[in-house]
Parts: sequence; structure tokens; C-alpha cells
Amino acid sequence: MEFELFNNLALGFGVAFTFQNLLYAFIGCLLGTLIGVLPGVGPVATIAMLLPATYALPPVAALIMLGGIYYGAQYGGSTTAILVNLPGESSSVVTVIDGYQMARKGRAGPALAAAGMGSFFAGCVGTLILAAFAAPLTEVAFKFGPAEYFSLMVLGLIGAVVLASGSLLKAIAMIILGLLLGLVGTDVNSGVARYSFDIPELTDGIGFIVIAMGVFGYGEIIANLSHPEDKREVFTANITHIYPSKEDFKRMVPAVLRGTALGSMLGILPGGGALLSAFAAYSIEKKTKLKPGEVPFGQGNIRGVAAPEAANNAGAQTSFIPLLTLGIPPNPVMALMVGAMTIHNIQPGPQVMTSNPELFWGLIASMWIGNLMLIVLNLPLIGIWIKLLSVPYRWLFPAIVLFCAVGVYSTNNNTWDVWMVAMFGVIGYGFIKLGVEPAPLLLGLILGPMMEENLRRALLLSRGDWSVLVTRPLSAGLLAAAALLLVIVMLPSIKSKREEAFVED
Amino acid sequence: MRFIKSEKDFYSGLMFTIVGGAFAIGATTYNIGTGARMGPGYFPLLLGIILAALGMMIMFKGVTVKTETGDKLGGMAWRPLLYIIGANVLFGILLGGLPKLGIPAMGLVAAIYGLTIMASLAGDKFKLKEVLILATILAVVSYGAFVKLLNLQFQVWPAFITG
Repeated sequence: MEFELFNNLALGFGVAFTFQNLLYAFIGCLLGTLIGVLPGVGPVATIAMLLPATYALPPVAALIMLGGIYYGAQYGGSTTAILVNLPGESSSVVTVIDGYQMARKGRAGPALAAAGMGSFFAGCVGTLILAAFAAPLTEVAFKFGPAEYFSLMVLGLIGAVVLASGSLLKAIAMIILGLLLGLVGTDVNSGVARYSFDIPELTDGIGFIVIAMGVFGYGEIIANLSHPEDKREVFTANITHIYPSKEDFKRMVPAVLRGTALGSMLGILPGGGALLSAFAAYSIEKKTKLKPGEVPFGQGNIRGVAAPEAANNAGAQTSFIPLLTLGIPPNPVMALMVGAMTIHNIQPGPQVMTSNPELFWGLIASMWIGNLMLIVLNLPLIGIWIKLLSVPYRWLFPAIVLFCAVGVYSTNNNTWDVWMVAMFGVIGYGFIKLGVEPAPLLLGLILGPMMEENLRRALLLSRGDWSVLVTRPLSAGLLAAAALLLVIVMLPSIKSKREEAFVED
Repeated sequence: MRFIKSEKDFYSGLMFTIVGGAFAIGATTYNIGTGARMGPGYFPLLLGIILAALGMMIMFKGVTVKTETGDKLGGMAWRPLLYIIGANVLFGILLGGLPKLGIPAMGLVAAIYGLTIMASLAGDKFKLKEVLILATILAVVSYGAFVKLLNLQFQVWPAFITG
């Protein structure tokens, strides 16, 4: 078993350590950080925007580059959070609290270093866990029938809404809306073009890039512009020393270890991943006792940066596990990865590891390389990212709009997608106005056709008897877990805690 | 006491109800089938009904659960909305043209200038000179990155020049 793990990793590093793939990993990290650092552009929008850059590449290289983009975007988000008090993405919402306070006290350097080093350590652990768990979990996945898959997706979707912020009812409604939008286009089973209104482009369905870009890209830009260009303070001048002091290290290390352990566990859960991990890690740090002379939380405690950053990176890493072994994206970023894989004709799922081991292990190896590159890239280059942050927003947003438009157009070389993204931009702004969180929509969108297909097969095998979902033990267990999750969050005591936790920003 | 306690809840619920209902009604035009043999209308009908029901629950919450502020929708940011979406549409028109209306394709460079100028109008300050410089930089960078480096297929110049 252990031997096999090393063999697999060796194969992976063999693939990743070619000059070409290293270069793509590097470009990915660089571009990801570059775009991710921009305020108001989260990883979903970043990946959607940069996806077209990978179209021309071979599948392995494309996925390696996308992995790099993802880590880069995530790391760029933390930089923005610490320096500008603006979380570029939801998972750095907690980093803002203490990170920005550190920056205000002239300790932006150590805060950035803590985030970088914590992320790197967590990334290494996460990658190892992913490599170790991938094979056994894939075995389990092959035992799954359609009923189990359907129930697993239900659990995944419920998990995603429970852990997301905001109203539970609205989040579930958004998932269903996403599932419905995912059904637009030709039904594979009957060949009927559903909801296509006789528009030929719609028979191929609504592209997930169009929706991601419209809702996450344009929707957010419009919302950002509706606030007056505010007093964004960028702490640029006072980054003199980057490396944390001995004292800092002493406090950081246990926090990073705790964050990594927590993030790795939560990331595997369906619906888990970066966001939940960061929140949980921060609240645990807050509960531990302060050492004498330590800065309280909320006023620039380095543990408040190191732990959530480690946790969100570990979670980001292990959230690849459900995607690669089961083919089920646990969060919107992974949903985009599914889309990217399909574009390169790879159907994510347990068969990838057996039919395409180079791709599978190469991707895992390059995750580690990506993490390494990030730390090599970011600490010395921090000056460049800071310069980028001091560029006025009025020069940035036309560029962001342009990259979105170019990205959308080049997906199919078709102006149809440009009209569609305009529509979804308006819809996305509407979502923001109505106070509904758009992330669950994207998950539903990707899972819609898969859920329908598995439900169809499950009911076909049971001759239309819905009880098949609860009579098969594995499926029943998954549904019970989903129900339990829902009940737990609806308990009054948890409900208030949950609202509190998400209000903290 | 106003009837609507939370505008955001009420109107989002209304949206979900309408959209869910529309999907459900649309689903009935396809073959529904039975559980054992699901037709193309089965799953969307099911989801549409669930969505409409959830929407009604959210609406109900919006008129019953009191909120301190009334959860107002707030004003629409018409200016950014129109200019950002407009910039995107203008980009599409300039890049690909509208053959149905007889508008020729002007190519990538013109589209970038169009988009940058229009998008910039969404901001608070608009200085034409600054915007033109920005557009020129973006055009050069895009040409280098997308056309030369990534080899994406774009028509760079207007159709009547390149023929």
C-alpha cells in the first residue's frame, strides 16, 4: 500500500517535472495571483476568466495550469484581504479581521509571510492526504450505484448550503434554480431540446462559464461600482521586514498545525472546502487562551491569520478528493474544474485514476509544485502585487470587464455567449440586490444533468419505486446524513451561532 | 406596520415562485412519463414545483418575520448596470458584427476601444485622455497575449480592411 503510494507519486512527479508542465504551473500561479489580487475578484471569477487561456493546451498541462491559477487566486485573495481590508473571496473573510489590523500596525510583512508559510505547509499536508486517500476512495466509488450517487449529490448540495452564509431557504432555492438551468438544452435520453425556445445555441445548454462570469464577474463589478470609490486604504509604504520574529513563529506553528488538521478534515466533506475551514479554524483559535503578552484577537493576532489561511488551503486541497474520486464537485470552484475537464474531454470520476493515471497523479504532484511556487513567487514579488493594489479601481474595472468579455467570446468563438453573459450579469446584480448568495447556483448547474441521469437510472432499476433511495443502506445513510445536517442547522441554538459566525465580518 | 416585513425576502421569494412555476409549466409541454420511465419533463416538473413552493415559503417569511430595517432593496445602480452590460454588448457587436442588421464586424481592436470607453463611463470620474491611454494599453496587451501568445482566433481588424 505504502509502496504503491510512492510509486504513484513518482509517476506523478515524473509527469509534472517536465519543463513544459513546470512552466504552465508557474504561469498559472502567476496569472492566478495577478487576477486574484484585484479587489472584488474571487477564485471563481478568476478561474472563469483565465480558463480560455488553457484551451489550446494538452489536457494534463491545462489542468496543471488551472490548479496553479486556483492556488494563485486564493493566495492573491489573502494578500488583498490583509492589505486593503477587502476580502477578495469568501474564504479570506476571517483573514481580514486580524490581518488588516496587523497591517495597520505596520506588521503587514509578517502577516503576509504567516499566510504564505501557513498555506504552504497546509498545502503539502493536504496533497499527501489527497494522494493517500484517492486510491481507497476510488474503490468505494466503484461500488456506488445510481441511487447512491443521487443521494451523495443530495448530501453534497445540502452540505454546501448549510455551510454557506445567509438564509438556508434561499440557498436551497438557488440550488434548485441551478439544477433547472443545468437542464436547459438537449436531453441526452430523449433527444428533446428542453427550454431552448427554438434557439439553436440553447440546444447545447447554457455554458457554465457564461453564468459564472455573468453572475460572479459582472454582477460583482456593478455592485462594487454602486458604492462610491471609497476610502480604500492600502498599506504599501510600511512593509519593511517580511519575516516574522521568533516570537511570531512560536505562536504561528501550533496555529498552523491546528488549522491544517481542521481544514484537511472539513475539506473532504461534501460542501466543505476553503470557506468553512477558515471559519472553523478562526473560532478555535479564538477559544484558546491567550499567552501573556499576546495581542488579543481582532487587534492583529498573528494566529488569527496563520490558522485560517492554513485551514483554507488544506481545505482547498482536500476538496479535490470528492471531485477526483467521485466526480462530484463539493464547491463552486470545483464545479468550474469539472467544466474545465469536460472541455478537455475528461469525465471526472473514479475512472480517471485507472484510465488516465498520468493525468491523475500528475495533477496531484503539480498541486504540491504549485504550492511551492506560490511561496517562492509571492514573498519576493510582494512589492509588485502591492503596486497593483494601488492602481485606482477606475483603471482596473474596464480591464476586468474586457478579460471577462474576451474569455466568454473565446470559449466558443461566438457572440451568442457575449449576449448571454450580459443577461446573466443583469441577473447576477439582481441576486445581489435580492440578498441571495449566488454560489449554490453554480453547484446546482453542474450537478443538474448528473442528478437527473442517476435518478432516472435508480428509478428505472427499481421500477419507479422511490423507496430504493432509502432501502439501499449506503444511499439511506447518505440521505440520513443530509437530513441530520439540515436538522442540526435548524436547531435554534446552532442557528443563532451560525448567523453570528457569518456576521463576524 | 407595513405588510412586507423584509423586501429582500419577499421579492426573492416572488422571483423563485415565478421562475419555478414557469419551469414547471414549461415541463408539462414535454413528455412527463412515469417514475420507472422518466420522460424529459419529469425532473424539471418536480424541481419547478419544489422551487415554486420554496419561493412561497420565502415570501411568507418576508411578510411574517419582522426585521429591524425592513431589509430594503435599496436603489438600483442604473449607471454601472447600463454601462457595464452595455460595454459588454458593444464589445460583442463591434467584434462579431450583427449580420441580421447589416452591421459589419469591426474586429478586436475597435471592440476593445469601444468596451473600455463605455465601461469607464460607469465610474465616478471620466477623463477621456486617460481612458484612451488605458484602451491603447489594453489593446496592445490583448493583441500580444490573446492573439500572438495564446493563439485564440480573433478577427483583429475591421472586415472591410482585411477583406
